Amino acid sequence: MKWEVVIGLEVHTQLSTQSKIFSRASTAYGAEPNTQTSVVDVAMPGALPVMNRGAVERAIQLGLAIGGKINRKSIFARKNYFYPDLPKGYQISQFELPVVEGGVIEIQVGDVTKKINVTRAHLEEDAGKSVHEDCNGMTGIDLNRAGTPLLEIVSEPEMRSAAEAVAYAKALHSLVTWIGICDGNMQEGSFRCDVNVSVRPEGQAEFGTRREIKNLNSFKFMEQAIKFETQWQIDQIEDGHKIQQATILFDPDSGETRMMRSKEDAHDYRYFPDPDLPPLCISEDWIERVRSEMTELPQLMRERFSTQYGLSAYDASTLTSSKDMAVYFEAMVAAGADAKLAANWIMGDVSATLNREEKSIGDSPVSAQALAALVKRVMDNTINNKTAKDVLKKMWESGDSADSIIERDGLKQTTDTGAIEAIIDEVLVANPKAVEEYKSGKLAAINSLMGQCMKASRGKANPAMVTEILTKKLS
Amino acid sequence: MIEKSVKQLSAMLAAKEISAVEMASEYLARAKAMADLNAFITLDEDKTLIDAQAADTMLANGSAGVLTGVPIAQKDIFCQQGWKTTCGSKMLDNFVSPYDANVIELCRKAGLVTLGRTNMDEFAMGSSNENSFYGAVKNPWDKTAVPGGSSGGSAAAVAARLTPIATATDTGGSIRQPAAFCGVTGIKPTYGIVSRFGMIAFASSLDQGGPIGKSAEDCALLLNVMAGFDERDSTSLEHAKEDYSRNLNTPLAGLRIGVPKEYFAEGLESDVAAAVLAAIEEYKKLGAIIVEVSLPNTKLSIPAYYVIAPAEASSNLSRFDGVRYGHRAADYSGLTEMYEKSRSEGFGAEVKRRILTGTYVLSHGYYDAYYLQAQKIRRIIANDFQAAFELCDLIAGPVAPTAAWNLGEKNADPTAMYLEDIYTLAVNLAGLPGMSLPAGFAANGRPVGLQLIGNYFSEAKMLNAAYQLQQVTDWHTRAPSL
Repeated sequence: MKWEVVIGLEVHTQLSTQSKIFSRASTAYGAEPNTQTSVVDVAMPGALPVMNRGAVERAIQLGLAIGGKINRKSIFARKNYFYPDLPKGYQISQFELPVVEGGVIEIQVGDVTKKINVTRAHLEEDAGKSVHEDCNGMTGIDLNRAGTPLLEIVSEPEMRSAAEAVAYAKALHSLVTWIGICDGNMQEGSFRCDVNVSVRPEGQAEFGTRREIKNLNSFKFMEQAIKFETQWQIDQIEDGHKIQQATILFDPDSGETRMMRSKEDAHDYRYFPDPDLPPLCISEDWIERVRSEMTELPQLMRERFSTQYGLSAYDASTLTSSKDMAVYFEAMVAAGADAKLAANWIMGDVSATLNREEKSIGDSPVSAQALAALVKRVMDNTINNKTAKDVLKKMWESGDSADSIIERDGLKQTTDTGAIEAIIDEVLVANPKAVEEYKSGKLAAINSLMGQCMKASRGKANPAMVTEILTKKLS
Repeated sequence: MIEKSVKQLSAMLAAKEISAVEMASEYLARAKAMADLNAFITLDEDKTLIDAQAADTMLANGSAGVLTGVPIAQKDIFCQQGWKTTCGSKMLDNFVSPYDANVIELCRKAGLVTLGRTNMDEFAMGSSNENSFYGAVKNPWDKTAVPGGSSGGSAAAVAARLTPIATATDTGGSIRQPAAFCGVTGIKPTYGIVSRFGMIAFASSLDQGGPIGKSAEDCALLLNVMAGFDERDSTSLEHAKEDYSRNLNTPLAGLRIGVPKEYFAEGLESDVAAAVLAAIEEYKKLGAIIVEVSLPNTKLSIPAYYVIAPAEASSNLSRFDGVRYGHRAADYSGLTEMYEKSRSEGFGAEVKRRILTGTYVLSHGYYDAYYLQAQKIRRIIANDFQAAFELCDLIAGPVAPTAAWNLGEKNADPTAMYLEDIYTLAVNLAGLPGMSLPAGFAANGRPVGLQLIGNYFSEAKMLNAAYQLQQVTDWHTRAPSL
């Protein structure tokens, strides 16, 4: 029996507003428990929700970025259930008329590109956190997170492998961080995925019964969880059992999924429109203004980098893998660096150093302008490329400018043909064997002579010039 | 002093005949002396004195308004910082509010002096003030009678002259009906005029705060304080600030008063009908034109309300779970038991009934038949009023089919009491303003109220009509002999 797995994702993205979706309390991460809660977040008697415009703007941005429809009118609904981290005993969410409907996310698995349809995206509030450590065997409730704006993005069940699901999640993660609506910090819970998994015999039109894996916050765990769950379902069915609808959790220590809530325990959420919030009306003007202020999307930027700067598809893609990197690149070019050189420096030395230091380009101690200044000194032959690498190291550590380091350490490369000729002459005299070999046809012998010349000049000679003059003298 | 109007009290304070502290002390003494009425849940002399001293300061430095220094009783549903805010329930018996409701803030800014917190039906659910954890309130006119509900404490306090004015709330008649039963005046404004921020929610789409006082003028002055846009309430209307007392003296000649024929059908006690019709006759003498109108779906307002209100309440009351504040059971083993015990112990019977009803009508498979259907009926009821207002400027009729019933009389069958709300519920369903003013007495001597219903934002016109009636009648000046 050949089986096919059917996967859909519901991703909860925390929106990057300063304050909560329905109150003015701060959304900043890491504060002392229960210090970022207003009467609204703690669900005091008499407290009422007030919509955060910034959350709506971010929903509009997402809708535009995926080519979805922004509903001119959408409704907030109460999702009723009891849990200590849900202070009101209901979550304000959207049910029948969400803010965004439709849209597409493009994914790439290997060489294959696939378009995954988005069903909808809706606004809702996050719940608080249950804390189990250091609570005397009890559970502590921290409501700092309660009320943080979430945009829940629901995909159609169109993924057919763990790899596709992870690719979708990664593409969505890139997109929301790119357009700046979410900080994408998965360890802090800014981007959480619920995965719906079902299996069916290949060729069958009907979907099988699905189980929902909740709260995956790492791509690695997502892949493991889906693979385990898929096989588990197949094994169950082959053993003659039926799959029961359930909500399950992934245990990263055991690598297995386990039951959290069965269909019988499933809640009846008794959704109804929240009478405390009028319908959310979004005008054409608002949408147009958001559209006009929106940051350039990665796909468009990639294309522009190729045409405007003559970069290869690979380079354009690498440079646009993060917004910060693309901005850094363009800032370098704006400061006068050659585009191709700038690209090489970023993708080479800068990326290597950042990776080693576990930093992102936003944390680079060398600004785009400072690096551009260094590249210009290579472009104008003040220093050669090898020297430049050393200068970059020193800039990184000291924060000093390229020019001040070049000056201070006397690193200007020698372009004085007289001096270079003198060095070459000495080297030729000191290395008759290599000269012999070269003249007898072993052209590679020039390399050791080059090495000697560079060494004699303490690396400061302009290599291109040395090569030129050396070759002339040897011919 | 206790018979004086707000304006007269204000004049006394301005003329330094009496200080705010002295005035408050006199009313407090009277409230304490009549504790058997059970109109107050909390009295706190120290806190009252602080308010009064602040008022005296405002009076001294010239920043006083017309209500500065005037004592006020606050319905125990408005969160008031530092005061126990119980909502008439054991669930909040230990709850001292950490913040002020918008209404409380506005009262404080106006220099009103909090005399105490009035008794009410638990979580505003009731029409007799017998559902309070703190015991029933007695009608000052007849201590064997109910004062009406849910704002029974506020209405009784004003009627017994324990306070000149009081705040109250109305979800299905809870200002108008107790005002009628206690022979005082009260108005529920258009939905959205008074902010619900800090007003403990019963049914969010129906609740409105409003004043109770001895006269239309007093109500207008307090409504001026209570009304106004509040950005902390998303259902608060950005309606331009009004002086609700500006039209009190406008003559009524030519005012078209609609009398709904459905309000005078079977069920209305004949002595109540007679009193209401006599009041309407007075309007005719004042030059008003009486027209018959029809509100054909009046009867449907009862099932529509008793589906929508409990539904919203069942959700609004979910926050009372013993986790963060309020009553938590003493012993429990596990989360579910904590919830079950805390809520079972904290809520009274009527509240539980409505939570169960509300949960039921919202549940899977029943939502369309009950909740959705009720909301559609609601729209039809609102349309009925619009059709009627094509023919008249104000609607007049009874507040309730009877005058106040006896304490304990209607407790056997909860729905019997629901039927008494027939004339008031539709007004909340439509979001319209409604008021009650004294219109004489029933055969048993208990007060009867006249209800005025206006179109949206016609509070000033309604208060004008009420004021004019109060110039030519003296029912509103009568006080129970206590």
